[in-house]
Amino acid sequence: MKVSMSIELKDIPGQLVLALQPISDFGGNIRSVVHHRDKKTPSGRIPLQLVLEIEDRNLSVLVERLKERGVNVVRIGEERLMDSMVVLLIGHIVHSDIRETIDSIDRTGFAEVVELSLSMPGVELKSSASVTISAVGTEELKDALAILEAAAEKKGIMVIASI
Amino acid sequence: MKTKQKTVRISIIGFGYVGNGVAEVIRRKREAIASKYGIDLKVVGIADLKGVIADEQGLSEEAIQALKAGNNPGDMTGLELIRDIEHDVMVETTPTNVETGEPGLTHIITALDSGRHVVTSNKGPIARDYRMLMDLAAKRGRELKFEASVGGAMPIISLVQDNLAGNGVTSIKGILNGTCNYILTRMADENLPYEHVLKEAQEIGIAETDPTKDVEGVDTAVKLVILANSVFGMNATYKDVTVKGITEITLDALKLADDAGYVIKLIGDVDSDGRLEVAPRLVPKDDPLNVCGTLNVATIKTDLAGEITVIGKGAGPIEAASAVLSDIIGLYS
Repeated sequence: MKVSMSIELKDIPGQLVLALQPISDFGGNIRSVVHHRDKKTPSGRIPLQLVLEIEDRNLSVLVERLKERGVNVVRIGEERLMDSMVVLLIGHIVHSDIRETIDSIDRTGFAEVVELSLSMPGVELKSSASVTISAVGTEELKDALAILEAAAEKKGIMVIASI
Repeated sequence: MKTKQKTVRISIIGFGYVGNGVAEVIRRKREAIASKYGIDLKVVGIADLKGVIADEQGLSEEAIQALKAGNNPGDMTGLELIRDIEHDVMVETTPTNVETGEPGLTHIITALDSGRHVVTSNKGPIARDYRMLMDLAAKRGRELKFEASVGGAMPIISLVQDNLAGNGVTSIKGILNGTCNYILTRMADENLPYEHVLKEAQEIGIAETDPTKDVEGVDTAVKLVILANSVFGMNATYKDVTVKGITEITLDALKLADDAGYVIKLIGDVDSDGRLEVAPRLVPKDDPLNVCGTLNVATIKTDLAGEITVIGKGAGPIEAASAVLSDIIGLYS
């Protein structure tokens, strides 16, 4: 999952490496680091804003490790649903229970259908839908698309994905 | 300007729309090519269903017109022309047959066996028997060139092989069929249903009477196979391509795509992992692949040069002849 974290470092040499090393030790992937040297805290520490990707189960041990090293962890927020994409569906979408397809994506925990527009020209005619899926990361988004494609294939619905 | 002239004798096998274009382009450009490249292009034989004509001194315009009018059937076969009339380059422009590759396949084999270079616009033999034909050309010490078979005038094979030499190509994706692009563009712009636009395209000659090969994605798939084999060194055939066409695309879908900031295009997609896919895809409106009308486009993703996109006319006799001509000149420069 993607996590944003605000930490505070002592203003002495070697602190940045001290703070970042444990992240890679736990298999985390640092996406962004912003170093606020100009915004010292009253206690003389330097705030640092991090965005990283890390396995759920490794997050609490990472925070423990940082604290052991004298790094203040001020705030942790999960960055949910960072990536999204639009997919079109063409076919007998409503008859074939689109609710179930949406649920199968929502149930993953890493992706959700956040928007759905539907055009139904007539009962017998094929309808068209645009579906916006959001997920916590690019890989998860691909997984969600694969779930949607598998469900659509079973129901004879055509999927038009983005390039 | 080069002063030493080399005469290049050419046969054109298949004198339809592209074959005529090749003859026309050679006639128009002969002097300019002679002075710029030092080669004198001379058409010494033409074979068509209407007949076969040959003249080792170069065919006269009258003889060509008589053949077109059906007044000059000649007395030899196309294969005899390829074998027995002394010439350097055979231009193969007969219609594509994806299943058998014929008659182009036999023409190309005969020409290579007779020591001719081959330049073709014919997709069938190249997609079906690429490896065998390239091996045969190598064995005979001759070249087989086929730029016109993919994307018409749009340079793509020589672009990758010559201009992007040294680059590793990771993927090529694009619009390789002008008929489908015309239909989808027109449906979206004019809010007209598929059947209506297809009829319209047939009336103005953009779609064939039997549009199946275009609209079902077969034509795009065959071109993708040619790219897979020639650019990625695969040994793919049509059966390796996942193909979905545009016949199911609804006006509602185009509208929904538009609302979300996309257009729908029939995209051919091949990558170095061996994935070959033709399918309607959502293309962001600001993506270079969003080209309109009958235009073709391809984005080539490389490891050094990044992404390169080429756009050009995918069809038309003079446009296809442009690719044939550049292949011919390429043989001698």
